[in-house]
Amino acid sequence: MPLGLQFENLHQFFVQSSESWAQRFVQDHAPVLTHLPAPLGELVIMLACCVIFVAVVPLLPLGLVLAERKVSAHIQDRVGPMRVGPHGILQTLADGVKLIFKEDHIPREGDKFLFVASPYIIFACSFAVFAAIPFDKSILVSELNIGIFYIMAISSVIVMGVIMAGWASNSKWSLLGAMRSAAQIVSYEIPLGLCILTVVMLVQSLNMQDIVTGQDGIANWLIFRTPFTFVAFFVFFISAIAEVNRTPFDLPEAESELVAGFHTEYSGMRFALFFIAEYANMFAVSAIAATLFLGGWHGIVPAEMLPQAGILGFVLKTITLGGLLGVAIKTLLLVFVMMWLRWTLPRLRVDQLMNLCWKYFIPISFFNILGVGIWGLIFPKDSMLSIIISIAVIILGLIFTFGVLGRSLSKGAEPPPSSAERRISATT
Amino acid sequence: MEFNPQQLVFYLFALLTIGSAVIVVTIKNIVYAAFALMVTLFSVAGLYVFLQADFLAATQVIVYVGGILVLILFGVMMTSGSLDLKLKLERGQLFWGGIVSLILFGLLLSVITNTPQWENVDAGASQEPTTRKIGEMLMQQEYLLPFEIASILLLVAMIGAALISRKEVRDE
Repeated sequence: MPLGLQFENLHQFFVQSSESWAQRFVQDHAPVLTHLPAPLGELVIMLACCVIFVAVVPLLPLGLVLAERKVSAHIQDRVGPMRVGPHGILQTLADGVKLIFKEDHIPREGDKFLFVASPYIIFACSFAVFAAIPFDKSILVSELNIGIFYIMAISSVIVMGVIMAGWASNSKWSLLGAMRSAAQIVSYEIPLGLCILTVVMLVQSLNMQDIVTGQDGIANWLIFRTPFTFVAFFVFFISAIAEVNRTPFDLPEAESELVAGFHTEYSGMRFALFFIAEYANMFAVSAIAATLFLGGWHGIVPAEMLPQAGILGFVLKTITLGGLLGVAIKTLLLVFVMMWLRWTLPRLRVDQLMNLCWKYFIPISFFNILGVGIWGLIFPKDSMLSIIISIAVIILGLIFTFGVLGRSLSKGAEPPPSSAERRISATT
Repeated sequence: MEFNPQQLVFYLFALLTIGSAVIVVTIKNIVYAAFALMVTLFSVAGLYVFLQADFLAATQVIVYVGGILVLILFGVMMTSGSLDLKLKLERGQLFWGGIVSLILFGLLLSVITNTPQWENVDAGASQEPTTRKIGEMLMQQEYLLPFEIASILLLVAMIGAALISRKEVRDE
């Protein structure tokens, strides 16, 4: 044995359970398959699950792109794409076919190798994130002990792909967009990480499945567990929007300034890869937010109060936002909020963007960490009392905040007539 | 020797580490060197996984690839003219660099040869996550003082960086 290379148990070291996720999935959902002969059966199961995963995840952006166009259309009082298919539902498919047939253009002065490589890096990193997101008790590709930390690490590599794309394009718009994007992602990673840390301090585990397990029933959802996690959820979500470069934080691809940002020079399928990765990212951060703060696959009602077996159990679980479809509903709701914000709010300036991150979000996040630490000392175990106190504090805080905000807003609604208006009224 | 697919992956990572490191040292284009360094750091993270250090592997990626390498590229791209810079080697650099790396190589070689036996960590035996052990060692046991000193060092560096960048604004 040279240099002690013994890896048989390596997989079991990183994931706590001795069975693979595929075996567990099959036992829960298709027990027939377990009767296959051992190595063959396992291979078939693994391959089937991989195919499902690899096939389903890229389909999400397909739906989300259409959803975005429809949402934007309805917000702007239009109807959106209507021609392809009933109500335009095949529009994205048609666009995809169009993108495949477009010329694959590589700038002559650009760097060919890095230009070609960067979409793959971004694409691979965006999809590697999905490996650690739990969609149900048994639907999880890898139950890593360091789940959430792995997600942060992998998604931090996306920046490299963005810089690579911007530099290899040899275009000032691309380079400027890439620099802005990198600065933004690196900055907003800090509040994002600190908000995740508040959750990790409360749960005392980095394992995504452990994070979900404790959140049975809406009172146990981490967002309501302490007032600090309630604040952390909003900081996390806003930072996540900045992290995936969407309006109001879409400076890296501000079309009025930079054409299209770091992917200006890309065309055809390579452009489509960026596009798919962007929507996959959006879905991933929403799923992470739903998992960390909104109970993951646990519903509003604690699981033991619902019937488990049969179709009735499944329907009830879904209605109470539990299970696979429950996660999907929560995630898509958050994605919808992202789209809603995009078509409602104007873009921030660079200095406003950085001020928001460094002067507001990071101090708030540090305060949250301190608060959760003190909360953990006062209430070492979650009890009825701690949850009631927490929800009371949240409600009081909301009333206070909206009272103050509402008063200042209603004051702002009737500004004193400006000099110009006075002049107009004087002349008429 | 029994064939093991995980060994194949290990040697792949080892090859990637050494190969990309050679590219980092020899290539003339500074941006290419930075991207080759990304591959090196990534494969070192892969080697950490084989040493059952999952937390360390993720930290390697998040700190070196997501942080330090991005800053290196920022520095390169913000400095005008450095993109087309051809890296040249001066004779003195080669000499001193060679001596330092030879000393380092000898040191590592002596550690390898002086290790009496290579132990296989029994992976099945310890089921508790590595983060627990790291946390206990850092916060409760012998490494508390180095940990705090490192944190103070980082704080000083941060204040220094803020001071330097602020001074430039005042001068304008």
